[in-house]
Amino acid sequence: MNAAAPAEAARSGCAGRVWKYGDGVNTDVLFPGKYTYTLRAAADIAAHALEDLDPLFTAGAVAGDVIVAGRNFGNGSSREQAVTCLLYRGVAAVVARSFARIYFRNGINQGLLLITCPAVVDAAQTGDAIEIDLAQSIIRLNGAAHAFPPLSPNMRSIIAAGGLVAHVRHKLGLSSTTAVKFSE
Amino acid sequence: MVSSVRTGKTFAEKALARAAGLQTTIAGQVVDARPDVVLSHDNTAAIAKIFRSIGLQRVAIAERLVVTLDHAVPAPTPQHARNHAEVRAFVQEQGIRHFFEVGRGICHQVITEEALILPGQLIIGADSHTTHFGALGAFGVGVGRTEVAALWATGELWLRVPESIKIVVTGALGKGISAKDFCLHLIGQLGAEGGRYQSIEFSGAAIDSLSLDSRMVIPNMMAEFGAKNAYLAPDEKVFDYLAGRACRRLQLASGSPQAAQLADSLRAGALYPDAAAIYSAEHTFDAAAIQLTVACPHTGDAARPLAEVRGIRVQQAFIGTCTNGRLEDLALAAEVLRGQRVAAGTRLLVVPASSQVYADAIERGYMQILLAAGAAIGTPGCGPCMGNHMGVLAPGEVCISSANRNFKGRMGEPDAEIYLASPAVVAAAAVAGYIIDPREIGN
Repeated sequence: MNAAAPAEAARSGCAGRVWKYGDGVNTDVLFPGKYTYTLRAAADIAAHALEDLDPLFTAGAVAGDVIVAGRNFGNGSSREQAVTCLLYRGVAAVVARSFARIYFRNGINQGLLLITCPAVVDAAQTGDAIEIDLAQSIIRLNGAAHAFPPLSPNMRSIIAAGGLVAHVRHKLGLSSTTAVKFSE
Repeated sequence: MVSSVRTGKTFAEKALARAAGLQTTIAGQVVDARPDVVLSHDNTAAIAKIFRSIGLQRVAIAERLVVTLDHAVPAPTPQHARNHAEVRAFVQEQGIRHFFEVGRGICHQVITEEALILPGQLIIGADSHTTHFGALGAFGVGVGRTEVAALWATGELWLRVPESIKIVVTGALGKGISAKDFCLHLIGQLGAEGGRYQSIEFSGAAIDSLSLDSRMVIPNMMAEFGAKNAYLAPDEKVFDYLAGRACRRLQLASGSPQAAQLADSLRAGALYPDAAAIYSAEHTFDAAAIQLTVACPHTGDAARPLAEVRGIRVQQAFIGTCTNGRLEDLALAAEVLRGQRVAAGTRLLVVPASSQVYADAIERGYMQILLAAGAAIGTPGCGPCMGNHMGVLAPGEVCISSANRNFKGRMGEPDAEIYLASPAVVAAAAVAGYIIDPREIGN
């Protein structure tokens, strides 16, 4: 799977198509628990993304697509595959009304762009073209620009490093500023 | 800053100050916290892989790690077996002393029984239900695998000091009404994200009077409320329990100076919120008004009074998990099932939360009652809770479960339904074959 699109998206932004879902998209529908200790390859993990919510998603998603959903996105388990399945499937970002806290941390640590922007959730429909501009903290959708709160310095430094693993390598003096990409 | 001097601190502000080596913290502050215990389970092999990708060979804090095998035990497939083998090899390689093999039980229950986490301490776990340890007055918080790998490397992790919600539960729960009913009611009232990013502090007469087994249900269930952690004030019940357990593990004779010193240090470590602490919200519940409550598919906040769902047929009834697989839960189930038989067309699975619970339940005769009623007993562990292990559902089936989570597909099959309830309600449904008030079962 092409994980380059999400990695770049986390640093600067992205442009793609919307997949729209409702409230409470939880970790079991994002990535079913029955696969958590058996699937290891990125392609296998990607193949089950959202399978219990939207069977059309894995077949139809293209690199750079953006998920737009309602409240409490990612609530439930701490399983990181609920993040990486989207990354491995090429998803560049998730825009939601709100995120569950472990999911939010996991997303930042893996370099999945997670943005809280209720106005976009109200306006977006599946298939819409969407553009996220991180430098300006603006989402462009259907001819309108929606501002979102900028990421905190902590999160920016992790994302700038290329995720938490690279961030820790840098902190421990194991690497220069060059980001090291982690792949399962 | 406001002009008045703010002196009152919440539990979260105090616990994270302690863990970060700071005098004080304030909600919203980000600290680098050093946990006393770092928990992982069957996911340890995956974490080890991430850890090695950092470029390190040795875990910096091996003495603070606790590793259990509990999520799919004994291994149901060759892939799970390979995963377990990798966990064991890593544990041996790193010299991790606190490792608990297949059959010992669920991480949260085992760490509690072994007194490996104490009041006032910080435990970070690669498991969303690490909120559990609030029952001991500890700060328990769940994170993802990569963060645990980072913890193994550095011994610290950034945490935002959460705002706190104060929940006071007055009075006493009615006869037959459990802590689980209270939790399902609370989440139903305030919503599945009602506690998102928050520290939830519980207090009140109804909380104080609960047994330890019952208290553990509450912070455990707060993961389903979106909470970062939860807290119940540690009292003599907690200190006595932990002191006894710690003495047993450390082989200290009760009444010895060392045992007395240990009990004193337990008390000294306990943290309590100040009366003047600032809360983002406060709620009061009258315990006497709580009814038997069931969470309907597919979310934890789809709570309904049992009376409204009475009669829904169930093919599987499951008693177990970190939420409700303890001795008191098995006792309540046995009380309902004594002299009864599981209904035709329904099966009852019972998975004790630990080998200690299992042994105690045998000694007290509960297991004989459950077996006589037709229950299938599983190896201590998480059982079918997250669809990884025996007890998964077929399409179209309905399960009533004492677990904490009922998401679509959770027990392995998206076209199945999961209702959450107390162990007594689950046991009653097993006897009737449909959801029913346990008081209607003729015991």
